[in-house]
Amino acid sequence: MMSLVCLVPLMPLLGAALLGLFGKKLTKNTAGIIGSGVILAAFIISLISFFNLKAAKPEIINLFTWIKAGDFKADFSFQIDELSSLFMLIITGIGFLIHVYSTAYMHEDEGHNRYFAYLNLFVFFMLLLVMGSNYLLMFVGWEGVGLCSYLLIGFWFKNDAYNNAAKKAFIMNRIGDLGFILGIILLFITFGSINYTDVFQSANKFASGETAIICITLLLFVGAMGKSAQIPLYTWLPDAMAGPTPVSALIHAATMVTAGIYMIARSNILFSMAPFTMEVIAIVGLVTALFAATIGLVQNDIKKVLAYSTVSQLGYMFLGLGVGAYTGAVFHVTTHAFFKALLFLGAGSVIHGMSGDQDIRNMGGLKKKMPVTYITFLLGTIAISGIPPFSGFFSKDEILANVYAHNKFYWLLAVIGAMMTAFYMFRLLFLTFFGEFRGTDHQAHHLHESPKAMTIPLIILSVLSVIGGFMGIPEVLHGHHFLKEYLAPIFSGSQIVAMANHLTHETEYMLIGIAILTAAVSIYYAYDLFAKKATIPAAENEELKPIHKLVYHKYWVDELYEKVITKPYNWISDISYRFVELRFIDAIVNGTGTLVNRTAIALRYIQTGSIGFYIFAMTIGIALILLLTLI
Amino acid sequence: MAIDHYVTLSVLLFCIGVLGVLLRRNAIIIFMSIELMLNAVNLLLVSFSSYLSDTAGQVFVVFTMVVAAAEVAVGLAILVTVYRNSKTTDVNVLNKLKW
Repeated sequence: MMSLVCLVPLMPLLGAALLGLFGKKLTKNTAGIIGSGVILAAFIISLISFFNLKAAKPEIINLFTWIKAGDFKADFSFQIDELSSLFMLIITGIGFLIHVYSTAYMHEDEGHNRYFAYLNLFVFFMLLLVMGSNYLLMFVGWEGVGLCSYLLIGFWFKNDAYNNAAKKAFIMNRIGDLGFILGIILLFITFGSINYTDVFQSANKFASGETAIICITLLLFVGAMGKSAQIPLYTWLPDAMAGPTPVSALIHAATMVTAGIYMIARSNILFSMAPFTMEVIAIVGLVTALFAATIGLVQNDIKKVLAYSTVSQLGYMFLGLGVGAYTGAVFHVTTHAFFKALLFLGAGSVIHGMSGDQDIRNMGGLKKKMPVTYITFLLGTIAISGIPPFSGFFSKDEILANVYAHNKFYWLLAVIGAMMTAFYMFRLLFLTFFGEFRGTDHQAHHLHESPKAMTIPLIILSVLSVIGGFMGIPEVLHGHHFLKEYLAPIFSGSQIVAMANHLTHETEYMLIGIAILTAAVSIYYAYDLFAKKATIPAAENEELKPIHKLVYHKYWVDELYEKVITKPYNWISDISYRFVELRFIDAIVNGTGTLVNRTAIALRYIQTGSIGFYIFAMTIGIALILLLTLI
Repeated sequence: MAIDHYVTLSVLLFCIGVLGVLLRRNAIIIFMSIELMLNAVNLLLVSFSSYLSDTAGQVFVVFTMVVAAAEVAVGLAILVTVYRNSKTTDVNVLNKLKW
């Protein structure tokens, strides 16, 4: 039965191979059916294996020995347990909806079949990442999703700006990956194995806070920073909006950026043993959450707002991980997958209706023209803002409660971040769907609701966004935390950290109250500003107030990186090229050739053609050899 | 007779062979000198074989003679061709193969 699980990553791979090899011969409809069909098949198998999962013991399916060298051994094997099963469901489930949506969204695109090949490949690598039973296999998936993100972000490769965005995503990820691979190497040196089961078992032998463990976890976290877009490696994610909108949904909701969270949740035992790293993660997560939220407040591109919101929500997840709320973080990944996929696909639907325009200053009043998109988008916005009983509330609340128990100051900042989230999301909603239409006449004439293939995934996702939270109702609300129970075996090894965060019921009620109140205030403020007074963000050429300008230009972080890293780097490269490369390396290489050439020219004159001389030389030579051997 | 007589004789023969190869110009004579060296070695092999009562040395002698015969057959054929082309067997004249 369990070997059926091997088909889960195989199906998307098959789809990618079929579409990649024969894509040019297939019609768009066939390609769409193949592309979505394989993911649906993978989803069904994931569901079957999810229900067949036997508790407490991870199932390891060994396919073959992959690498074997000396002490080092890496198997190509899958580990099916609660965590990987959950992620498989998210990836294939949400992935399937995004595929279906794409069949309509990308239908007019000439690269339609190529697009589906990439999308399938993306899902394949992500599945490999979560299903692998050792760190090296995870790394394969890790690199694979990096490659696919590059291919998809630069999907419209005829545009240079898009290519640059793709390159940026690729390079930023590569920086993180360096940390990740170093972490894996150090892991092997320390534990002598890279299999999850071996590592976590022998982890008990180390004392908490051991330097080696701290180094490993910090390096692994660098990898997570790159993949999950945390400060300082986050700038690629907003730029990744260059790809088609469903790709953004896939990257932001179901794959890629959740990889960092998955990796830390998977290695929770190691991380729990490194309190220092945990603190670092919490701080980085918190700073990212706040920082990205402020940028989100003033963006005018519908996808950019969502992109910064993702960065911010990922920050919350890391904050949760940092304070030991592993279940909370995974919970938030799950609910975030629902509502962020919904929001992105909704945004895609809006862009589709607006004939490609993404600027919310040109939108407005879409409520009547696109009712399904509006209602689903509204539900998603409520979910992300943390209004009960929508899904985002429960997961965010769980993280916030744990943060409160860990450090009250962190909690305060996190609540401010949550307020901003509610504000910018509703700002987006009001500016897009309320008031009068501000676009051109041509756009107004063209406005229409999206086809069924797009709206049905939206409806399914909006249902999930609404009810998704019920899988983890906190004890204080007399609910049942299914997810916590389900994930308990995974996090049992690190329970000491999680147990420390225990709050009284009164405190929890107060926290919930504050969370709801602050969200409500932000929403009202946004309503007042953008729906009632119908304020429209300043046009591009208008002069902004200094602070507004600073935030609008994303704190000039990209420009800072350009100045501090890219420019000096280019300068060093240039110097290296001119001096080291040309004068040194080239000189050695060419010098060797010249030397051989010159020697040959000189020695040529010995070849007189006189046999007597040859024989003489031979005899002397033999005599010399004999003499040398005698010595 | 003691073994050193044979050794001395064979060294002398060998040296004559070497000198012949080095000093003579006629290719045929050079050839013969090489034969002389080979035979010097053969002589040494036979004497040691008899001295040590080990037949392996004599087997080698037969071996050497077979190889030498084969070599002469090839070498003389080449020399005949060279002579037909250049009307000489003087090795100093045969210096076409230079830079």
